[in-house]
Amino acid sequence: MMANTPDSLASPIVPAAAQAPRKRALSRRSRSVLLLIVLLAAWEFGTRFFNVPKFLLPPLSDVLMALYRGLAASPFAKDGLWLHTFITLSEIVLGFLAGSAIGLMLAIVISESEMLDDLLRPYIAALQSLPKVAIAPIIVTWLGFGLGSKVAIVCLITFFPVLVTSIAGFKAVDIDRIDLMRSLSATRWQIFAKVKFPGALPYIFAGLDMAAAFSVVGAIVGEFVGAQAGLGVLILQMEAQLDTAGSFSVFVVLSLLGIVLTAILRAIRLRLLSWMPRDESQGPVST
Amino acid sequence: MTPSETLANPGYIQISGLRKTFGEPGAGGVLALREIDCTIEKGSFVSVVGPSGCGKSTLLRIVAGLLPPSAGSVVMDGQAIAGTRRDVGMVFQSSILLPWRTILDNVMLPAEVLGLDMRVARARAMDLLQLVRLEGFEHKLPRQLSGGMQQRASIARALLHDPKVLLMDEPFGALDAMTREQMNLELQRIWMESGKTVILITHSIPEAIFLGDVVFVMTPRPGALHRVIRVDLPRPRGMDVMGSAAFNAAAQEIRELFSHIGSYD
Repeated sequence: MMANTPDSLASPIVPAAAQAPRKRALSRRSRSVLLLIVLLAAWEFGTRFFNVPKFLLPPLSDVLMALYRGLAASPFAKDGLWLHTFITLSEIVLGFLAGSAIGLMLAIVISESEMLDDLLRPYIAALQSLPKVAIAPIIVTWLGFGLGSKVAIVCLITFFPVLVTSIAGFKAVDIDRIDLMRSLSATRWQIFAKVKFPGALPYIFAGLDMAAAFSVVGAIVGEFVGAQAGLGVLILQMEAQLDTAGSFSVFVVLSLLGIVLTAILRAIRLRLLSWMPRDESQGPVST
Repeated sequence: MTPSETLANPGYIQISGLRKTFGEPGAGGVLALREIDCTIEKGSFVSVVGPSGCGKSTLLRIVAGLLPPSAGSVVMDGQAIAGTRRDVGMVFQSSILLPWRTILDNVMLPAEVLGLDMRVARARAMDLLQLVRLEGFEHKLPRQLSGGMQQRASIARALLHDPKVLLMDEPFGALDAMTREQMNLELQRIWMESGKTVILITHSIPEAIFLGDVVFVMTPRPGALHRVIRVDLPRPRGMDVMGSAAFNAAAQEIRELFSHIGSYD
């Protein structure tokens, strides 16, 4: 009976945290933005105030100027950002697609053949531990300074994570599902296409994510080792001229490139793995 | 039913001299089933009970064609079993619904695998989903359904290709007691409406008696058919039948058999 309940007890007690969740979420995001602004301001005013030499750490405004100049240049200009961005992007995309495709196909073959699996496993393990950037120079020697050598490096870098995670994915198939398919007299191909492959997708995407991150590094390192054009080449050229502001502007473009590529990959993954519970779609999971 | 009665009346499913050993026969192997002989009438509901490890699942898998017997044979509808067959549908202990497919697509899986007409299959799938009372859930994903609903979907799937025989391996084992009772009623209704021959493996003596025309009681490993008990309760049976004298007599008989053969768990 609520007859003589004092007011303080009549209303339910709500924990303080529950009362202002919205406020906190907003300020968390704006706190990040605030931090960014503070850091950028510190950079700009710090470098100017302490007269930091421009070739060591240029002020933010110089970097923004360099960025503007690079973007304002014509798409074909050798000193503009567009040409080199396009070349590096091509190296990354072509290498990534090739490496993923080859890795996936080999994973399919290996997972379906015990003999091949036993045969190739030690070689894969050995080659996997070799840092692919270490062999970048020899690939440039073999394939030259053009696009091909960089695509090859990115391809190699992409190949291994995709191969390994895809094999794991195909092997991790739920045995009950195989029984189900067998009870329906399914063929080997049907079992693969309808059960093994879709079930392996979370694993495959984990490999693709890793490969995407490595691909950007691979392209740049390849360009450092030997190339005629590309963002890596641009960085080297600018460093050689002590145009540190220019290098920084290239870093900005590279970061954006990485962000865009990862976002595209994430969008594809969300589409294909929409059936997974939300919090688990970010990593390989037993489905 | 004695062995001689069995031979005189070849039934719809005839199991003769069935024996199964895993591994090398002799010292290294495990004898899972020894000498199973029995007959199953067309359209009947057979419950199989037995202690854990007695080989009931092995028996079912051999009938399904998933495992070859070491000796003996299973003849279904006049044809010896030599592998999986289209006239058999199977329901497992877990629903095994593919999580990336909608319920409807899951139910239609047999049609895809067996190459049936997809339009006809789709209509049939919708009808089956209605039969198992899942209409409205066709386009949901398995994770959006409860355990009982998922199992009902897997029953619909097992019926899609219109098999004559439905094999069920402890289909309700993972469900809670109340859902289980509901599912028993549902299964009885589905069976009565579809006229299939059903072999159900269960741990639950009440479930076995409630659903079955006949209860096969198996011995512990190596499994053999210890007794075949006819259940003569009229259909359709409601939950109230579980209080009847005949029901309790049958349950008591089975429990006594279990303790007698040293296997009550």
